[in-house]
Amino acid sequence: MQRRVTFDSRLLPYLLLAPQVAVTLVFFIWPAANAIWQSVHLQDAFGIRSEFVWFENFTHVLGDPNYLDTLKTTVIFSVAVTVLAMGVALLLAVLADSKIKGASAYKTLLIWPYALAPAVAAVLWMFIFNPDIGSFGRALRALGFDWDYRLNGGQALLMVILAASWKQVSYNFIFFLAGLQAIPRSVMEAASIDGAGPVRRFWTITFPLLSPTTFFLLVVDMVYAFFETFGTIHALTQGGPGKATETLIFRVYQDGVVNNDLGGSSAQSVILMVIVIALTAVQFRFVERKVHYS
Amino acid sequence: MKQTRFIDLVPHIVLIAGVLIFAYPIYVTLIGSTWDAGTIGRGGLPLWPGGEGAANYAQAWVGEAGERAMYTPVRTMMLNSLVMALSIALGKIAISILSAYAVAFFRFPLRMAFFWLIFITLMLPVEVRIIPTYKVVADLGLINTYAGLAIPLIASATATLLFRQFFLTIPDELLEAAKIDGAGPVRFFIDVVLPLSRTNIAALFVILFIYGWNQYLWPLLVTSSGDMETIVTGITKMIGTGESANDWHIIMATTVLAMLPPVAVVVFMQRWFVKGLVDSEK
Repeated sequence: MQRRVTFDSRLLPYLLLAPQVAVTLVFFIWPAANAIWQSVHLQDAFGIRSEFVWFENFTHVLGDPNYLDTLKTTVIFSVAVTVLAMGVALLLAVLADSKIKGASAYKTLLIWPYALAPAVAAVLWMFIFNPDIGSFGRALRALGFDWDYRLNGGQALLMVILAASWKQVSYNFIFFLAGLQAIPRSVMEAASIDGAGPVRRFWTITFPLLSPTTFFLLVVDMVYAFFETFGTIHALTQGGPGKATETLIFRVYQDGVVNNDLGGSSAQSVILMVIVIALTAVQFRFVERKVHYS
Repeated sequence: MKQTRFIDLVPHIVLIAGVLIFAYPIYVTLIGSTWDAGTIGRGGLPLWPGGEGAANYAQAWVGEAGERAMYTPVRTMMLNSLVMALSIALGKIAISILSAYAVAFFRFPLRMAFFWLIFITLMLPVEVRIIPTYKVVADLGLINTYAGLAIPLIASATATLLFRQFFLTIPDELLEAAKIDGAGPVRFFIDVVLPLSRTNIAALFVILFIYGWNQYLWPLLVTSSGDMETIVTGITKMIGTGESANDWHIIMATTVLAMLPPVAVVVFMQRWFVKGLVDSEK
């Protein structure tokens, strides 16, 4: 945790820490404390007086059937994005890791989508699946499907799930590939000599040895689906049609920025903070275990 | 020589399918940016390039009025995105390397308290505290400024942890030798620590530049005037509700330009990029 030899200086370490600490206090701690304060207060219409209302904002938010619908959408969305992004990435990584020709070319061609913003990924999908201008969108209509994600909630949810997963595959791919390359070849060769086929080798050796990576990606993808996909949803469906693609984070934005409901939005922010803290705690327990592995 | 069996081709087929799924939307956008709005709007976009490319990019770049609306010129949005991405990346690296140096190389009261204070920011992504953070920025008069775009995002627990981790691997002998030579902490930082951190800085820069360039929710909140628009939020404002009567040719050209800098960084700095990504998540 600490070096044996250090410098002696009374003032310098504080000066070195000052910029980081200042930014943290002003833009992280203070707003977060504010959100917590707001979440237990109710402001009057003019924003002049506020009254301490205990957990009224929370009971209000959690008792709202709309919020519970949003929660349901978020869970469906997050689980679908995580499973899709991880499944596809694992398949591609296992294949790219095998000794095949052009493996490094495949790698380069598969990792660059990481550079795309979630909102840009959404826009690219719109260019293809828009029922008016997109080639696939028009093809679906020509085949007799009533395809229009701007009107049909289920289709809209499918669109944001696919666009969000599409963007996240490359991230998972990079980590799965790194995880696969850390598995000693000798183990695989031994299993191969013992007569285990490729599928059996995968399930009995590769998959268990990859479990730290898998677990880490599970948490990262959940965080991604919860928070970073705001851009995907905002660019593609604006949470609609109706509230079909409204996730928790989109609702905080909607209630706080668009509808200007401070108490309700703050209570939602606090709920989200609890979710992040839980996810981070899970992640760090895992990091401890990873140290154990090596 | 062994004969190629069909089963050996399966991995190639799957990988090529994967590559195509990722490349196809980009290809469509590239092609679309070389046709006129009418062709795209009618849904008859061919699979080969048209002849309007130069005109479309020129029009998007200077932002002269499209057939249907006025847009912020792409050159303005690109400049804003560039300033934001560079400020966030360099700002994060600068304040993180300094605080990691303090935590790793000094012993002082409240050291661990400061460490935990920085650590907590991991749990407070901007998305969960948008309204109060927006209020702070508004009170400081930073709406529609570069400072307002960048500074609230530059505190970084991950970068600090990464540098600290690396600093702990610098041998004590090096520090003792420097002390014997009479080098103080500032000298040691400039002459020894910074040069040793070069690859870490480069790797982090790649990741943080992409992170900064791709910001969405925060720019959406703190910029309201067209001349402070960043390119990623600019595209969605151009699309609006996604009706067929849009200036799709301009939108597609803008999308291509928005993807170019981060994709170029990933492709040309691939080694540093992968290192930065894997390191910063440890």
